[in-house]
Amino acid sequence: MVKYLAKRIGHSLITLFIIICVVFILMRQMPIEGYFQNYDKLTEAQILAGLEEQGLLDPIPVQLFHFFQGMLQGDFGVSHSYRVNVPVTEILAEKLPVSMKLGCLSVLVSLIFGIPLGTIMARFKSKIPDKLGTLFIVFIQAVPAAVYYLFLQMYGTLILDIPLLFDATNWKSWILPVFSMSLGNIAYYGMWLRRYMVDESNKDYVRLARAKGASGNSVMFRHIFRNAFVPMVQYLPSSFLNTIIGSIYVESLYSIPGMGGLLVTVIKGNDNNMVQAIVLLYATVGVIGLMLGDIMMVILDPRISLSGKEGDR
Amino acid sequence: MAHTLRDQIAGKLEKNIEESLREELLGDGASAGANAGSVNDNSSAVGDNNSAGNSCQTPGDNSHTAGYTNPEDDDLFTFAEYDEAESERAGYTNYSYWRSTVRMFFKGKGAVFCLTIMIALIAFAIIQPYLSGQRDPYTVNTDSELFIPLRNVAPCLEYWFGTNSIGQDLWARIWAGTRTSLFIGFVVALVEAVVGITMGILWGYVRKLDFLFTEIYNVLDNIPQTIVLILISYIMTPSVGTLIFAMSLTGWIGMARFIRNQILIIRDRDYNLASRCLGTPTRRLVFKNLLPYLVSVIMLRIALAIPAAIGNEVFITYIGLGLPATTASLGQLIDDGRQVMMNAAQRYQLIFPAAVVSVITISFYIVGNAFSDAADPKNHR
Repeated sequence: MVKYLAKRIGHSLITLFIIICVVFILMRQMPIEGYFQNYDKLTEAQILAGLEEQGLLDPIPVQLFHFFQGMLQGDFGVSHSYRVNVPVTEILAEKLPVSMKLGCLSVLVSLIFGIPLGTIMARFKSKIPDKLGTLFIVFIQAVPAAVYYLFLQMYGTLILDIPLLFDATNWKSWILPVFSMSLGNIAYYGMWLRRYMVDESNKDYVRLARAKGASGNSVMFRHIFRNAFVPMVQYLPSSFLNTIIGSIYVESLYSIPGMGGLLVTVIKGNDNNMVQAIVLLYATVGVIGLMLGDIMMVILDPRISLSGKEGDR
Repeated sequence: MAHTLRDQIAGKLEKNIEESLREELLGDGASAGANAGSVNDNSSAVGDNNSAGNSCQTPGDNSHTAGYTNPEDDDLFTFAEYDEAESERAGYTNYSYWRSTVRMFFKGKGAVFCLTIMIALIAFAIIQPYLSGQRDPYTVNTDSELFIPLRNVAPCLEYWFGTNSIGQDLWARIWAGTRTSLFIGFVVALVEAVVGITMGILWGYVRKLDFLFTEIYNVLDNIPQTIVLILISYIMTPSVGTLIFAMSLTGWIGMARFIRNQILIIRDRDYNLASRCLGTPTRRLVFKNLLPYLVSVIMLRIALAIPAAIGNEVFITYIGLGLPATTASLGQLIDDGRQVMMNAAQRYQLIFPAAVVSVITISFYIVGNAFSDAADPKNHR
């Protein structure tokens, strides 16, 4: 167990290191406009001086070393166009709580809706609820999120009569963003839970339970559901990633003052340091999310053995 | 999956046995009908040695009855009608993989409907510029008398889908955009398939590479795809090539892993072992024994890569890293529509492209899934 944990964390660290290096090197290829607030008005000497001051003329390995040094001290440079000369970390510290709250809410909502969806579909397999559910899942999976987010916003705000843009103090304005971000995960949970439950319900122990005379609902919830739910854990990290992607879009659609919206803003403003920091943050969240998913899976599912002796082929 | 292929082989063997038996019987001249009847009776028990055993009995019986001329014998045995469903179930008559796949596919009405729509859309998107009376998607239409641009003209007879906020014909733009987006989707799917299959085969078949590839995979798989997409699009100049590159960069990884796992499972199956013992070159083994086994999943992934690529394009355009305005794409049209969507009179500018995107992606998704089900030999009986 300890060995596995060490290995898994090691993988994540190596991945993060590679991501940071690649992101950093790639970002150096960007036009230098992104490092100045008023590039057009500067003379060449001023630009050179500015680059020199920011250490951008050093060879890339040296820059990378300085970056890692700064990173360990929590220094990611300053913003150049979004909010001039404000440290990136300061800006992110304001934005992060909003995104976190939104992300957690959305994962919660997707569990609340996704699990019943999958259960009901499996319970009424090939009947009307199953067909309606499949329709919903196919739609959500196939149509780009960008498209149905827009329609949710357009008609949702009209029908619920709420303002188009987000307002943290108005609880109603949380509904649409959270729901939008959850939709993809609801479909995802529903689809997999249904599949696992259908798989489980064909197994011998279920047949035995039925033969003993256990009622349909009792078999469904006490036998099938419990076993089918364990492998679902491995989809939690992917839903984490889905939420990240959703947040980039949804936050900027509703002007939510969070990280995702910020990324879109700074990309449009060519603010290199900001883009770099946010991309790294998202990559880190993604890597950690996947790692936690794997670890949780190992802890929760007794069928996975790590000793590698039994069933190791 | 293990079962089906073996069953097929068993079925084919049985077919040979039964054919030779039939020839024997026909040579006997007695009652070919009896044989046909027995074949049909036994057909339900394929994979069972009994059927062959039973038929073996018949020649003996027949030889007894051959000399005994009872006119009612002819009535006792009748020619069995050739029942396709029955023989399909038994799995030994003229089984052809692709024919069965196609037949299975056409059993699903929804999938056939989607396939029709899909083909019609693709065909129309391709021939649309060559039809008469089509406008150029990039020309700003102006009023013939006042020479002012015809901005935001609601859908009418002249402009079927109306015009956009600078006066370009939305109908023409949607088809131009569909062409761009489909092109991106197809190329990405192709790259994903070629690179993914190649890497997957190397990874799964060459044992020495397994460790290295697995370690590389563990690192690559952890990198969120969206981040790569955003980063590459941010750094490179926006163009169709950039988008294709950014999407292809990560797409093949999942495919490679899948192929690798499948190859690990089937590479040492008995039939492959037999092939290798007989001296089949690796190339032939891979292309004739391994890959055909994976057709259904490969097709599914290709079919799903296309809607995914279209979705990614819409996303990238929204965050401001999409194609330049000189290339119409579906993502761009949706983003243009988004900017005017709160104005009820101009909402059509969002609804039309969104509808086209939805129809394309849903039909690819359904057709892909249906085809992969049909191509799986497990479902062929």
